[in-house]
Amino acid sequence: MTGYTATVTVRLKRGVLDPEAETTRRALERLGFELSGLRSADRFDIDLEAEDADEAEERAGEMAERLLANPTIHDYEVAVAEK
Amino acid sequence: MTVAVVQFGGSNCDRDAVRALSYLGVDAERIWHEDGLPADLDGIVLPGGFSYGDYLRAGAMAARAPIMAAVREAAEEGVPVLGVCNGAQIGSESGLTPGAFTTNASARFQCEPVHLRVERADTPWTRAYGDGEVIEVPIAHGEGRFEIDDDAYDDLVADDRVLFRYCDADGAITDDANPNGSTGNVAGILGERETVAVLMPHPERATLPDVAGSTDGEGVLRAFV
Repeated sequence: MTGYTATVTVRLKRGVLDPEAETTRRALERLGFELSGLRSADRFDIDLEAEDADEAEERAGEMAERLLANPTIHDYEVAVAEK
Repeated sequence: MTVAVVQFGGSNCDRDAVRALSYLGVDAERIWHEDGLPADLDGIVLPGGFSYGDYLRAGAMAARAPIMAAVREAAEEGVPVLGVCNGAQIGSESGLTPGAFTTNASARFQCEPVHLRVERADTPWTRAYGDGEVIEVPIAHGEGRFEIDDDAYDDLVADDRVLFRYCDADGAITDDANPNGSTGNVAGILGERETVAVLMPHPERATLPDVAGSTDGEGVLRAFV
């Protein structure tokens, strides 16, 4: 078994309104920053022991499917690195 | 026979629901989620609140509590199940109903009376009303914007599963009357069976005459009478 960190990034699907990101963008603009867009995402760093990177990725993907993401509004991606 | 009002950590409308149901003569009791559903089950209410601090997403944690498997099973057997506010979020997170309730378009918590148009009056939840009737019920939520992909929304409409839409005082469905940016002004929908319903507005807060200005919500709870 090897230690991995699986990073699950959950973001809203394209086209789904993100009022918090919109509010954050406006606040940045009020501070004088220039930007043409802002998207937010949730990131989960999951430490786990697995036989190999594929297994670690599969298990983290299952966690995203079952809890971390809501398939109605979210897309997610998983990246795995050895600890 | 009893209506189980399921209490999770952070539920806070469970007492209100029991009071409103008792006022209508319904035998209702609060059930702590870890204790499971009672054997003499007559109905289930998933009450409002902030279960598990709305961590991750509103309703996400409670939707995955073991009792929800029993709630889904009961729903499939035809036991009436009503999710209100956080209970609606729990219901949609657990797959009882399609779509999702997410951050209001305003990005703010909104607590105000709203008008709802009854989209169909032939369900247990709406038989006290007329088709197209306008009722006034309060909302109190930060994550009530109904989101659903276009195909699923078309199916929902085609299957006549929209129960209530946000409207103005005259029953017109307008953007101005949409408090949270919900797709199609949807405020409440049916599950696969019409004995299952979720809605963001609070009928239990518009039932007791000594509490609210409106008692228009009573008709929803009459499904359990």
